[in-house]
Amino acid sequence: MTSQPSTISGKNAVLEAMRDHPAVKALETWDAQAFIDARFDFGELTLTVAPGGIRAACSAVKAAGYNFFEDMTAVDWFPSSPRFQLSYHILSHAFKERIRLRAMLDEAGSGAEPIIDSITPVWPGSNYFEREVFDLFGIRFAGHPDLRRIMMPEDWQGYPLRKDYPVEGYR
Amino acid sequence: MNSNPGAPVLELPAAESAGERRMILNMGPQHPATHGVLRLVVELDGEVIVSVRPEVGYLHTGIEKTCEAKFYQQVVPLTDRINYLDPLSNNLCYCLAVEKLLALEIPERAQWIRVLLTELSRLNSHLIWLGTHAMDIGALTVFLYTFREREEILRLFEAVAGQRMMTSYFRIGGLSMEPPLDWLDRVQQFIAIFPEKIDEYSNLLTGNPIFMNRLKGVGYLSPEDAIALGVTGPPLRASGVDVDLRRDMPYSSYEKFQFKVPTSTVGDTWARYEVRLAEMRESTKIVQQALDGMPGGPVKANAPKIVLPDREKMKTEMEALIHHFKIVTEGFNVPAGEVYQGMECGHGQMGYYVVSDGTAKPYRVHMRYPSFATLQAVETMAKGRLIADLVAVVGSIDIVLGEIDR
Repeated sequence: MTSQPSTISGKNAVLEAMRDHPAVKALETWDAQAFIDARFDFGELTLTVAPGGIRAACSAVKAAGYNFFEDMTAVDWFPSSPRFQLSYHILSHAFKERIRLRAMLDEAGSGAEPIIDSITPVWPGSNYFEREVFDLFGIRFAGHPDLRRIMMPEDWQGYPLRKDYPVEGYR
Repeated sequence: MNSNPGAPVLELPAAESAGERRMILNMGPQHPATHGVLRLVVELDGEVIVSVRPEVGYLHTGIEKTCEAKFYQQVVPLTDRINYLDPLSNNLCYCLAVEKLLALEIPERAQWIRVLLTELSRLNSHLIWLGTHAMDIGALTVFLYTFREREEILRLFEAVAGQRMMTSYFRIGGLSMEPPLDWLDRVQQFIAIFPEKIDEYSNLLTGNPIFMNRLKGVGYLSPEDAIALGVTGPPLRASGVDVDLRRDMPYSSYEKFQFKVPTSTVGDTWARYEVRLAEMRESTKIVQQALDGMPGGPVKANAPKIVLPDREKMKTEMEALIHHFKIVTEGFNVPAGEVYQGMECGHGQMGYYVVSDGTAKPYRVHMRYPSFATLQAVETMAKGRLIADLVAVVGSIDIVLGEIDR
């Protein structure tokens, strides 16, 4: 086994070590307040932004050269709070590099589904990916053109990929 | 959006006059030209397509949820079943992601055999695409030709893995075992004759006026639309965007291989056909390079707590037996963290996002599969064209429903 790859943890440390990185620079000039945290680990850069600013953050990194939306999904950290982590993987064809944008989203009170802005206005290709997250995690996307279940039947109860949903399903 | 300068796009009649003539046609899920259980809800005005709405999910088996209940090594056989036409690429992408988390160093020989087999797997995928695509268009003969060569590839898979389709040959930390003694010679025999076979397919199709008329100028996708809609792989390169992760972000020692990335600027169904045919030739070259420079040495990483011991050692060494028992019953812990591993499979960019919480089971596994994103571009490609062109368009993006629904 080789040694663990170097890890840079925390926004200030990343800002210091990678100040000229186009995505870090773009987010810092976009909104230093909404750019919450950063981490460089396993050779991958993770940039955490406030959930309210995800669409604007995507526009900012897109303008900085990260032109290709590759993937987005959610992770359920139940029972921690905030519960949901949304991970967006954005690729730059020019820099041949990938970044991960991350937003932590808490459950809305009284059984309502959590909600975050859709990034379909920035990348229309995120349409199906957001539908999948809505279907399997029950996270709503504001401004999504066609937010319907995609994998499960339309009358399905519950959100299968949530951690409090049993692997065998309800019987 | 739909303006290929070379191809006449049919004018849609004004909405008011057309209102009464509109028809909703349900195509699939059991339609022979949808390559699985794809359902397309097509709105037609006469024979002209007004809108296409793909409905997916008929094959959803919840593989991502199942992964969370399995040990890391038990996920490998699940990955085969996602894109069952390109099984070794799935294995490789998942293994690379977990190996990144574990910071495992893979022996050179294992990496080279991985490249060799992934390229054979890509040939397998492209052969099925070519056969079925041509069959959709009406050229039935090609199917018989491509499946003849595919059979050879499946026999090679069977020889190394014991399985024709669900190979699970790549394991976390290397390969499951050393290939049989004469296996590399068998690959050499196959790859020596394969370029002639590509010429044969090309002879059947490239000059064929029916095939050309059905494909040329059909299903135009501009590079801007392709990038915006998340299209990857051959359809993206056929639209003139020169991206191939094998070259741009190399993994598993692809940086040591010389190959060209075929592109085209035309962006229609015909361009996708040409790009894939050229890709098959390049894959042949990569396999040849892998055979010529195949390094020696072990095919498993030196990590006894992660990689299963050889069968013989278990019968002679106490340590090996203990490790085997521990790995099979308890799995192995993977350091906490999240990684995304992208790679270029036959259909486009695949990606595995693995989140670990430090235990022996993955906390979350998410797969990005190219067909899922590419399917979104069907409407852009087919709008304003005849219903018969829809079959050519769906065939040209080479979708596998197993990887869309997972």
